[in-house]
Amino acid sequence: MKRVLPLQLGRSVLVIFFAFPIVFMLISSFKPDAQIFADLTSLKAILPVGDISLDNYRGVFHRVPAERLLLNSVGISLVTVALGILINSMAAFALSRMRWRGRRVVLAAIIATLIVPFETFALPLVWWVNKLPWLEVHGFHLTLTSGWLDTYHVQILPFVANAFSIYLFFQYFSSIPVELDEAARMDGAGWFGIYRRVVMPLSGPAIATVAILTFLPAWNSYLWPLMVVQSEDLRPVMVGIQYFFQLNVSWGQIMAYASMITVPVLVLFVAFQRAFIGSIASAGVKG
Amino acid sequence: MSATTAPRQVAEQAIPRQVRTANARSRETLIGAAMASPAVILLVVFFLVPVALAFGLAFTNARLISPRPPRFVGADNFIRLFGDSFFWASLRNTAYFAVVVVPVQAGLALVLALLANAKVRGTNFFRTVYFAPVVTSMVVISLLWRFIYQPDGLLNQIISAVTFGHSHGTDWLNNPTTAMPAIMFMSVWQAVGFHMIIWLAGLQTIPRDLYEAASLDGASAWKTFTHVTWPSLRATRTFILITITIGALSLFTQINVMTQGGPLDRTTTVVFMAVRAGYEQQSTGYAAAVSLVFFVLVLTVSGVQRFLTREKA
Repeated sequence: MKRVLPLQLGRSVLVIFFAFPIVFMLISSFKPDAQIFADLTSLKAILPVGDISLDNYRGVFHRVPAERLLLNSVGISLVTVALGILINSMAAFALSRMRWRGRRVVLAAIIATLIVPFETFALPLVWWVNKLPWLEVHGFHLTLTSGWLDTYHVQILPFVANAFSIYLFFQYFSSIPVELDEAARMDGAGWFGIYRRVVMPLSGPAIATVAILTFLPAWNSYLWPLMVVQSEDLRPVMVGIQYFFQLNVSWGQIMAYASMITVPVLVLFVAFQRAFIGSIASAGVKG
Repeated sequence: MSATTAPRQVAEQAIPRQVRTANARSRETLIGAAMASPAVILLVVFFLVPVALAFGLAFTNARLISPRPPRFVGADNFIRLFGDSFFWASLRNTAYFAVVVVPVQAGLALVLALLANAKVRGTNFFRTVYFAPVVTSMVVISLLWRFIYQPDGLLNQIISAVTFGHSHGTDWLNNPTTAMPAIMFMSVWQAVGFHMIIWLAGLQTIPRDLYEAASLDGASAWKTFTHVTWPSLRATRTFILITITIGALSLFTQINVMTQGGPLDRTTTVVFMAVRAGYEQQSTGYAAAVSLVFFVLVLTVSGVQRFLTREKA
């Protein structure tokens, strides 16, 4: 018992240290600027007391196209996650459960890409996507456009295929008994049938892990949209922060906007805490 | 891999006609390649090509928006780069950040993991709290700490409160000596939970009986740590070292949101410089040269780390 008490005390100090800035942000988002500064010196900084209102949130919607920013980010993240699960799991299925020529080379090449950080080729990538063609559909007309800058797909497609997701699916699929494939084949299932009806329904944890590890960077992305998106209509939430430093700075509104784009992720995190932490841990155990 | 091949060989032997097997084989190759191709094509277009371009464009005068095709200029970009004081400042700051943040963050994360691993109540709750900054976007975190570091911000208010008004702190992000340490402190605070979870996953793979044996031998807590825990964490250690280093070398968002490289170039970094050259000044060729130097830096550092932490036979 004697040794436990200082341990608990130490941990409580750490909890305050880690939780304080985020709690402060949430609480301040309900206070007018003057009160945020007045409350700084006391415990009131993290208590919802005094002049509490939703004014800052209303102000945010007046000041920036917040609905549009949020909708863009929700759409971009969800499409990236959905396509990412589909495409990476199919590749992992072909690599782990099928026997075809060249698959070892492909697998080795995919794993090798893991060591290269995005930042090392982000700028050549900007130049490159500016050259890529795209088919646009106008009614019954197809027009070939050139350059992907300032579109939704430039914010999605480069992040769909992911070596790490393929690796996670590969590991998981390899642990599913291959006898199940044989049984399904007896029942007349083809390869795609085995993928869709046998392997994927058994892979809930792997799908959840990949979904989380794709969603977080998609929602939090900043550097990439900063470089490739100019139109206000196409911007995601993180880039929207720039609006707040153009005119006079209102910290209450900044805290409100920051809370709006953070709370959804925090709620997801608390609800799926085990899956979140498990997915990060599984990222690390690979060694 | 071995578990999957055995039953398949049995199944193949059961089919006497060679032709059917060969047919099924080529079908399997076709479908397998087809299922892998969407991911492979995307990786080629958005990974392989831009990486190759980083090497090619670095020797050209390519601009982001230009009617003329890029022209080969040899080593011009590199000559300009190595004569650019801004580049040397960026390199120095990046190294400074990595040298401080890597050991501090890895060490603190290990301490937190050991605390979280101890059998006391509320472990789940503590883990959740430490991890909350990890899921919060770096943009939001940087913004929040910009407020904390303001001249009339939270930190200075606390400093003057605990010193009874004798000390008032400083303008942390605009003071050349404190700007980088302030960013380091915040960065460690944000990411330490991530590495705590990875240490924790490593700790939980250590067999219980090793600890039981140690306690039977009457080993102290410190002896148990140095003889059981630390040697068992080799793989985890390598992974953490390399991920923190690469993350530290890629420092960008904090700089962009908090200081824009200032004051007096004390917080500019290699990635920040590359983004500025490529995106604001539109000179892709020069940015590609910076990226290439960065690429070599990352590969060298992680290669050296891998060599130093290798399994000694």
